[in-house]
Amino acid sequence: MRISRASTAALLAAAALLTTAGAAAADDSSPRPAKSRGESGSGPTEAGTSFRTATAVEQGQRATASASAGDYLYWVFPADAGQRATVKATVTLPEPAVRHGAATWRLDVYDGLRRRQPCMYGMQTRTAAKDAPKAELSCTLRPVRSWAEPWANDPLPGSYYVRLTVLDAHEQDLGQPVKAELEPELIDVGGAYAGDGSLAAPLTAGGPSGDGAKGAAAVAEPDGGWSSGRWSDRWIWTAAGGLLGALAAIGGYRLTRGSGRPAHVPPGA
Amino acid sequence: MIIRKRLAAAACGLLAVLASGLLPSAAAADEPAAKPSPKVELVLDVSGSMRARDIDGQTRMAAAKQAFNEVLDAVPDEVQLGIRTLGANYAGDDRKVGCKDTRQLYPVGPLDRTEAKTAVATLAPTGWTPIGPALLGAADDLEGGEATRRIVLITDGEDTCAPLDPCEVARDIAAKGIHLVVDTLGLVPDAKTRDQLRCIAEATGGTYTSVQHTDELSDRVSQLVDRAADPVVTPVATEGARECAKAPVLKAGLYTDREKFGEHRWYRVDVLPGQELRASVSVAADRAVNNDYGVMLRAVTVRGREIVRGSEAGDGRTDVISTGLRYPKAPAEDADDDAKPAPETVCLQVSNSYSAPPQVKTDPGLPIELTVDVVDAPEEASDVASFGLGRGWWLLGVLALTGLLAGLLWGWVSRWRISVWRTN
Repeated sequence: MRISRASTAALLAAAALLTTAGAAAADDSSPRPAKSRGESGSGPTEAGTSFRTATAVEQGQRATASASAGDYLYWVFPADAGQRATVKATVTLPEPAVRHGAATWRLDVYDGLRRRQPCMYGMQTRTAAKDAPKAELSCTLRPVRSWAEPWANDPLPGSYYVRLTVLDAHEQDLGQPVKAELEPELIDVGGAYAGDGSLAAPLTAGGPSGDGAKGAAAVAEPDGGWSSGRWSDRWIWTAAGGLLGALAAIGGYRLTRGSGRPAHVPPGA
Repeated sequence: MIIRKRLAAAACGLLAVLASGLLPSAAAADEPAAKPSPKVELVLDVSGSMRARDIDGQTRMAAAKQAFNEVLDAVPDEVQLGIRTLGANYAGDDRKVGCKDTRQLYPVGPLDRTEAKTAVATLAPTGWTPIGPALLGAADDLEGGEATRRIVLITDGEDTCAPLDPCEVARDIAAKGIHLVVDTLGLVPDAKTRDQLRCIAEATGGTYTSVQHTDELSDRVSQLVDRAADPVVTPVATEGARECAKAPVLKAGLYTDREKFGEHRWYRVDVLPGQELRASVSVAADRAVNNDYGVMLRAVTVRGREIVRGSEAGDGRTDVISTGLRYPKAPAEDADDDAKPAPETVCLQVSNSYSAPPQVKTDPGLPIELTVDVVDAPEEASDVASFGLGRGWWLLGVLALTGLLAGLLWGWVSRWRISVWRTN
């Protein structure tokens, strides 16, 4: 009896350890940055000027462009379900000697249906003083869900467009050459945002572009293709909960059933 | 032996069929559909003001010639380039004659670099600055074909041929055909030149650059010419109607239209059960508009019930305001394979809330870009969480507690049962 009790206790302890380890591992593995295995760093050197001509960027790549203040620069990158995108842009402004005033730069992110997405964190609009050498902007989007109601603005898997432009500048500063850099970063946020349902096709604006090569770039897939959205760490949590419940049931049963022999019955009866 | 021979014959026959099947497909490889080559026209100002010596110590004309030489060397092969001048011939004082002084220096076509460079080398700063007529001439030069067309206007002073406003000319020529963009470059510009060139660029969706150095000029013009060579999906021109019943039926694709301030344009799309309609629209601000604006894209049934809408509001300087919507249609309940399901006609309404000061022209309307796509419907969600699964410490606690209680209860029940069994 002592042995069975000890073994029960050991089993319960092991189960608890396993579940916590499993849950902790699932937790730890969630906020791991999903870096592309390909070469990171070099990206496209030209930016598009509209949604239709936006340049495709992969996450981890640094896209650069030379433009003039007043241009509208567009890039597009793919984001998959369960990822949270952070877009960082840096604009290198011309020498203070040729500038005449402060300039306000602005970063906007749109989803595959050209709907403007709100930024959770990050300075979307930044005013660079007359002598500031650069303006740094960033935008962190909400985590991408695999399904949303048609009346919701939730981010869905697909392409995300980034637009960088000057919002307000001295009249003589418009048209001056600037250099822009953009880097999208995607992080896996894991099971807390895993929802039910999935779209049949990602929300890319590629459409039926038969011969347009740029259309193909807009439907660029993330590394390893689009995920089916079936796996999440919820499976581990639920299984661990079930296991724990079963072990607790066994433990409770053994506690109250005791030896199975009522006290008032003599042995051998 | 007969069997072996038959087998051998069959194998040979199979091989022959396979080979013949493979060879033609290798020989008749599909050639990609020939794309129309993009056309670019460089419009250069050769007016008297180009004599000024303020770009890197040389005259503006010399700087422009040097930049042109570099650009002509770097033009991609598939681009058809043309060159037009303005103010290159008439040095006199008659304004009427001076304002017609624009001629084509090199015709739009496959580029012969030496010939073009020789033609540019002969230019000398001469006369007036008829920007409006030059733009009209350039639009005529680029006429015809389905290709993307780009005009790059390089000038140093503002138009001297009022009342023809070059900004309105630019907007009109952009409205006549689709996919004509005018980019402007100002050489050491003053305030009025800047305003005018910015207006021209914004009226057509192009860019404005102010140039102070020769290398800036050549880099920028090369960049603009390369942009023309980029393969891009060309939108199809369509015209929305005032009401849904008369609206054009659109298939999936990219469309362009024009809409005036406060006008509603309707389009129709057919959606089968089990498909999802995705539409997005961008309305461009190609003229001076007031600070606040908005757009709405609404999907409505033919009877007038609103299904879903997308709307967006904004303020400040912008090129477009965009929004989109999705409408997933559930698959038909009775999966009747024989009868084809009837498509539902969805009416799309595009409306904008741009406004402008009274002196701004309202005709032609603002450019709209509409994308329509029809894909399969999604798997609808039956729960908030993926597969209805759970997550978190509370879940583990609740399941463990439930298990414990169930175990305790079952232990008591079994104990009572055994005691009942033993005593009977």
